[in-house]
Amino acid sequence: MRFLSYLIEGIRLGSVYSIIALGYTMVYGIAKMLNFAHGDVIMVGGFVVFTVMSIWGQSPILAVIAAVIVCTLLGVTIERIAYRPLRKATSLAVLITAIGVSYLLQNLALLIFGANIKSFTSVFNLEPIRLAEGEISISGETVVTIIACIVIMIGLTTFIKRSKTGRAMIAVSEDKDAAVLMGVNVNKTIATTFAIGSALAAVASVLQFSSIPSISATSGAMPGIKAFIAAVFGGIGSIPGAMIGGILLGVIEILGRRYISMELSDAIVFLILILVLLVKPTGILGKKYHEKV
Amino acid sequence: MDMLCVKNLSISFGGLHAVDSFSITIKKGELYGLIGPNGAGKTTVFNLLTGVYKPDMGQIFLDGKNITGLSTIEINKAGIARTFQNIRLFKNMSVLDNVKCGLHNKYKYSSLAGIFRLPSYFKTEKMMNEEAYDILKVFDLDKEADTLASNLPYGKQRKLEIARALATGPKLLLLDEPAAGMNPAETEELMETIKLIREKYGVTILLIEHDMKLVAGICEKIFVLNFGIELANGLPQDVLNNPEVIKAYLGE
Amino acid sequence: MADYIRKISKNTRSNLITVGTIILIYLACQVLIGAGMMSFLMKGLLMQFCYYGMLAISLNLTVGILGELSLGHAGFMCIGAFTGAFFSKCMINVIQNTFIRFSLALLVGALSAAVFGVIIGVVVLRVRGDYLAIVTLAFGEIVKNVLNALHIGIDSDGFHAAMGAGKLELKEGGTMIIDGAQGIIGIPRNSTFTISVIFLILTYIIISNLVNSRSGRAIMAIRDNRIAAESVGIDVTKFKILAFTISATFAGLAGVIYAHNINTLESSKFGYNMSIMILVFVVLGGIGNIRGSMISAVILTLLPEYLRFLKNYRMLIYAIVLIVMMIFNWSPACIKWRKEHSIKDAAFRLAKKVFKARKEA
Repeated sequence: MRFLSYLIEGIRLGSVYSIIALGYTMVYGIAKMLNFAHGDVIMVGGFVVFTVMSIWGQSPILAVIAAVIVCTLLGVTIERIAYRPLRKATSLAVLITAIGVSYLLQNLALLIFGANIKSFTSVFNLEPIRLAEGEISISGETVVTIIACIVIMIGLTTFIKRSKTGRAMIAVSEDKDAAVLMGVNVNKTIATTFAIGSALAAVASVLQFSSIPSISATSGAMPGIKAFIAAVFGGIGSIPGAMIGGILLGVIEILGRRYISMELSDAIVFLILILVLLVKPTGILGKKYHEKV
Repeated sequence: MDMLCVKNLSISFGGLHAVDSFSITIKKGELYGLIGPNGAGKTTVFNLLTGVYKPDMGQIFLDGKNITGLSTIEINKAGIARTFQNIRLFKNMSVLDNVKCGLHNKYKYSSLAGIFRLPSYFKTEKMMNEEAYDILKVFDLDKEADTLASNLPYGKQRKLEIARALATGPKLLLLDEPAAGMNPAETEELMETIKLIREKYGVTILLIEHDMKLVAGICEKIFVLNFGIELANGLPQDVLNNPEVIKAYLGE
Repeated sequence: MADYIRKISKNTRSNLITVGTIILIYLACQVLIGAGMMSFLMKGLLMQFCYYGMLAISLNLTVGILGELSLGHAGFMCIGAFTGAFFSKCMINVIQNTFIRFSLALLVGALSAAVFGVIIGVVVLRVRGDYLAIVTLAFGEIVKNVLNALHIGIDSDGFHAAMGAGKLELKEGGTMIIDGAQGIIGIPRNSTFTISVIFLILTYIIISNLVNSRSGRAIMAIRDNRIAAESVGIDVTKFKILAFTISATFAGLAGVIYAHNINTLESSKFGYNMSIMILVFVVLGGIGNIRGSMISAVILTLLPEYLRFLKNYRMLIYAIVLIVMMIFNWSPACIKWRKEHSIKDAAFRLAKKVFKARKEA
């Protein structure tokens, strides 16, 4: 019984990782860059919800909408100002710039909201579901998170396969130059990718901070890193890979925390990641790397 | 005396027979041409000979020694050096250093000798520099010794790649389209250089080339590959007048 | 004699200049300290320059020379710091001579880090590019996490170790050496500015000499084109592991010096933020430029201190400076603009114009 409730807890956490990882994986697949600031976009989303609900006293729905809008605009702005000038530069330069953006967002939040950890009011007001005569209790946040994750997954896959923009994304990720020749607007496609990734980050922030429930300027960093690792775990660039990687990571983390050691759960996650990469160097669903001689 | 003896070399990629029962014997000092239409499997043969791919079947003997299945590094040490169709220089290193990388296994000193600048470092580096300059002179590259490899014009990059391969002291040199992208004058000059290095270094050469003038001009024997299978093999005049070969090149 | 000077390679000459400059700066600092003209803040920073310089140089060996992105350099430093400090704490009453004890601590720290360098080096052979970045990042976090949970104590029965807080029970009179998140307390402060400078110079000379030797050429050949490197008989496995090991060794040394400069050594200091900070030194100093790494480590350690007057805005400005510098340095558009507007070119053009005008006149 207890195992089952841990498993559900793991799936909840994994679902959040999956949603964040989708942002990482899409940006990596299309712009070929590691967007280190993605985790901090989550933090921004959380603070928007916090401001609208707890400071201005508005409704949760309004708070979520505001978070999605702010994060989307933020994502597009970051791409336009910091990353686009460096599109043809070495990937290391882009990485460091992304780190700079991450510092910038964290310190902005620190200035506005201070260093204290703020308690976060859950946007959901749901009764927990009790199963097996009350032995297992599933919180409302958990249910919403898992459902949201499934919906996003299906929606995103359909969007990419069916819509014109989605197909343009695939084209850019396969071969940027060829895509240009086919009349795809690369800048617009990349901007759209950042917009979608950041909107997803806003959703993830609502789900994550409602469950914890607290927030600070550095709250986005660790989930960001974990989600990034989840994306690599599943095979970076692959959407189902991000999903599988996220869920696996969440489950391993929670089971490790409950059964082995609270303090070592992160170490266990990272160790499993290294072992997986040793066996499958490009992740679970990653494309095999092949260099033509 | 056979320098290279290949028997029934075969490899397939996902059901496609890229190279099928490839057999060739090259005598010491010979200059052999390997030709064939695009996609005939010529570069695959080179990759098999140098251990980049492991053959499904067949054997490779270099100077009487079985080198089948050895790694690229071991094969180079055994005496095969190559150039690449798409130039693979060490772009961010100087022309001189590129050649010195070729001398990597000929002149050795330990990492510690390098770090602490022990006498063996100075002695060996001096010998390396002298030999590297000698090789560069052959290719008329000695004036550009300190230039970054990526800053060389295209034709010289091809030459530098040959120089680097030659520096490893090979018995057999594999040249993959050495004249690709060169103008007629450069090609002419390259032909002279190839002849010269064969005489000077006594090296056996197998080259892939599309420029028929170059092939007919310097190769003593020609092997024609089509769809991974031997189409013709022998003296240039016989091979180039073979109706099968003409058909393969010009179509029906 | 003149002939001899000409024969000294360009590399040796530039090494001599760099080392000479470091020594001059060191002497100037000593004079300033002696005259009481150096601020307390600056004195505290001097050691930081040295070990951050060492870290930046050693990371440049993997990132710039070998061309593999590592986000776990702090992990090697952490291992060096903890093993070195652990040794010093255990031996403080056994080996009375500070010089011998500290030398051994340095050796222990360097060797432990080197062992992990070999392990990561082996992993590197299987994993490439961005995946390697993740593996190294994971490595750094594992080291941090494990040390965060590790408790080692000593009592009359000998050493005891446990993972997790509150699990270690020592007999009366026993002492905790590594106390989980609290880390190691009361490390002898054996690191001095002089020792740090000596090790900085040593790191610089060794890595610079390595780069300009047969092994260094092999490492760079692997970076530029692995397949071509194999084709000329360069043992890729050997030289990749060599590069990672040497890089880890010096990070470990820097860790030992760091640990013996502070009172309390906590593993939480060695997260990926530290690794990234070192990477920023390397990238801004010029990828593959050993001397540049050192200079940028110094400047970027100074910068936040000099921005202190900005109070809360300090790190914000630092972040903006970082982004702007990256765009200015690396954006193709900016590179073009810089070329068109460089002072040297402008001066040249001006001179040409003046010359022409005079000729016409």
